[in-house]
Amino acid sequence: MKNSALVKMVGITKKFPGVTANDNVNFEVQAGEIHALLGENGSGKSTLMSILSGMYRPTGGRIFLNDKEVSFKNPRDAIAAGIGMVHQHFKLVDAFTVAENVVLGSKKLSFFLNMDKIEKKLARLSESYGLGVNPSAKVWQLSVGERQRVEIVKMLYRGSKVLILDEPTAVLTPQETRELFATLRKMTDRGHAVILITHKMQEVMEVADRVTVLRRGKSVATLKRSEVTPKYLAKLMMGQDLPESIKRQKRIIGKTVLKMSGVNVEGEGHRPNLNNINLSIRAGEIVGIVGVAGNGRRELAEVIVGLRKISSGRIQICGRDAANKSPREIIDAGVSYIPDDRLGTGLVPNLGAVDNLIMKSYKSQELAKGVFINFKKAKLYTEKLINNFGVKLTSESAPVSLLSGGNQQRLLLARELANNPRLVIAVFPSRGLDIAATEAVHKLLVNQAEQGAAVLLISEDLDEIFKLCDRVGVLYKGCLMGDLPIEKATIEQIGLMMLGSSQSEVKAS
Amino acid sequence: MNFPITLEKRISASPVASLTIPLISIILALATGAVFLWLAGHDPFKAYSAMFKGGFGTVYGLSETVVKAIPLMICALGISLAFRMQLWNIGAEGQLYMGAFGATWVALTIPDAPSLFLLPAMFCAGMICGGIWGVLPAIPRAYLGVNEIISTLMLNYVAILWVDYLVYGPWKDPEGFNFPLTAQFSENALLPTFGDTRIHAGILFALVIALLIHFGIKYTRWGFEIRIIGLSQNAARYAGMNIPRNIILVMLLSGAVCGLAGMAEVSGLMGRLQHGFSPGYGYTAIIVAWLSKLHPAVIIIVSILFGGLQAGGFSLQSSGVPAAIVSMLQGAILFFVLGGEILTRYRIVFKGSAKKIGGKESWKQAL
Repeated sequence: MKNSALVKMVGITKKFPGVTANDNVNFEVQAGEIHALLGENGSGKSTLMSILSGMYRPTGGRIFLNDKEVSFKNPRDAIAAGIGMVHQHFKLVDAFTVAENVVLGSKKLSFFLNMDKIEKKLARLSESYGLGVNPSAKVWQLSVGERQRVEIVKMLYRGSKVLILDEPTAVLTPQETRELFATLRKMTDRGHAVILITHKMQEVMEVADRVTVLRRGKSVATLKRSEVTPKYLAKLMMGQDLPESIKRQKRIIGKTVLKMSGVNVEGEGHRPNLNNINLSIRAGEIVGIVGVAGNGRRELAEVIVGLRKISSGRIQICGRDAANKSPREIIDAGVSYIPDDRLGTGLVPNLGAVDNLIMKSYKSQELAKGVFINFKKAKLYTEKLINNFGVKLTSESAPVSLLSGGNQQRLLLARELANNPRLVIAVFPSRGLDIAATEAVHKLLVNQAEQGAAVLLISEDLDEIFKLCDRVGVLYKGCLMGDLPIEKATIEQIGLMMLGSSQSEVKAS
Repeated sequence: MNFPITLEKRISASPVASLTIPLISIILALATGAVFLWLAGHDPFKAYSAMFKGGFGTVYGLSETVVKAIPLMICALGISLAFRMQLWNIGAEGQLYMGAFGATWVALTIPDAPSLFLLPAMFCAGMICGGIWGVLPAIPRAYLGVNEIISTLMLNYVAILWVDYLVYGPWKDPEGFNFPLTAQFSENALLPTFGDTRIHAGILFALVIALLIHFGIKYTRWGFEIRIIGLSQNAARYAGMNIPRNIILVMLLSGAVCGLAGMAEVSGLMGRLQHGFSPGYGYTAIIVAWLSKLHPAVIIIVSILFGGLQAGGFSLQSSGVPAAIVSMLQGAILFFVLGGEILTRYRIVFKGSAKKIGGKESWKQAL
């Protein structure tokens, strides 16, 4: 690791209209290392790597590759220079085979494709790195984890010396994560450099050789793993100490609030089915549901809140039939819903805080006056909620799209939790939030449970599940498995179940 | 990808640009028109001054401008209701014809009723017929997702041909020298006019509707629903709003308002129903509504400008410029104004000096 830097980025600045995403950032990677790029959402990690991979051109600064200055006009230039990036959203054509996807867009192809030869080369490559990719499989047949490996093979095939991975573990189960890290290690052993974009301290501690921390577009420090602790990293990342984490307390468990028995839902288009879902949640309980994307997580939430019809089965809320009711009836039954799509569904981005906060209660006696809405009262109501939930606004009428993700989520939670709901459905409530905002969201959810609400937490973050939930279930291909008390569950076990092993199989192994 | 000029989204619409750009657009349009006028052998300055005089220069011209603006205002207001909910009602022309049909039917059936009864009856008949024409495409749209652009557009032809059938057939005035028009309405069926101008009470309809829409959208529960549905259907559904019901209601109102424009034309201006009585008011109103960004007060002003363009065009024609050049000139003005409008939201960036396309969305999409 004494050799000189493979990639060196000096004084990189990138301005977008209204924001400086990178401000005079220095960054370097050596051959043979896994270098973590750590920072909160919006700290400029992805922008910096998009510059390195030719996606954006920097406003200022220089990039050196093996001490030679380079300038990429587009991603193709970067790939030709040996820099490949695996994005969070994979860029693959579903209807094509793995091999076809790999050669897609490559300029060196002859007019007639010799797919056999390409597939053989891919198979060899895949085997030597332990990726287990079948070159003739169609992409749509592959799981999310396999698709990620296709992206990695694609970059290796194109001769990438530097591989950039943008939050690769977000879509993986714990087992898949471990396999990925092993692959990355194999790559660095052969002289590749790997850049791992992440916001998780554990990942840095687990796999990185060195780490560069970004905060608000600036590089804060570059350190060896041996020099850091998770606590120190968090401090560098946030500029302050970690907020105090909530402690688990015994809550009073009450009557059953949500009861689903034998619920079947037919998937439309690309949406998955739900098969024979049995789930019950009691007042004061927090039940977590995990699963890999595309296994019915969002559909489960939508069925409960009336946005999706069931074909058979029973849903009861507080003992009353709640199957196939309209969203309005479910809202009136005291159900709050925090959707995963904050700006697309939960809030109206072009409207201000007042309009967004009264979106569900504009018909209530408190706010309506005949056919009119009493906007004076609506304003007072807004002020009260904003104070109670600590939302920071510049103005009550400014579009909420201008707020930070954390403040948007606080605003959404303020509306959903204001009227003491009986049942709270939260889908990925901390997605895209920084550490402090995540902590605030967690506190609010636990608070609701303490006040006697039943909480269904659908999450992609196992740490979140283990921190908050009393019970946990796993959705796999539309079936709900598990439903274990959290004390009896392990991350390992949940991870295996996310890949389709049933509970009994997991126990047996 | 390597095109040297790109459009960069402005973070917020620039207030300076939104004033200067329409002005520059109009000047450019006139300049373009001048070239064509000159090529066709007319003096552009003379032509323009005739046009301006015809539209705004004299009391008579001004009054004609307002007369032309009335159906534009009413239709644009009706359209703006539907557009607010992202319902692309292209059927104002047909709804206007059906409104005129409804009002005419009442006027011809009970010509001797007192005007205190007859006019309200025509008013209601016009709105009901226009409303039905708006609801017809709304029902398949609300429940089956059938594209309303096509269905409203198609219904225009049905309405226009239906009126043609009537004025060429059963309703043709026996004393009308075989022209395709109905008999003159009775005195009682005519809306009052102002002084000795042709400006009729339809302008009051427009103003009242503008006020109702403005306050209705801003302060009522229903208006709140319309705003939310218009901005985000997903959010509206999630908040428990009944979207199909609102689609039908809004199209009913939109059609009814456009139908009222037809009633005002036959009762206030022509005193009868005739073939091709609208020179495409329902279509021009779409442009008016769009340029006004659906704001009721702005719709009134923009309608008057468009009315002036039309009235001025007529007087230009009478000064010897062919009708085709007049329509071309009107087209050029529209073209430049609409083209310029995009520059209030985007700015032109020359690469080299440039950053890339702005706006978080657009650069994500550009990847």
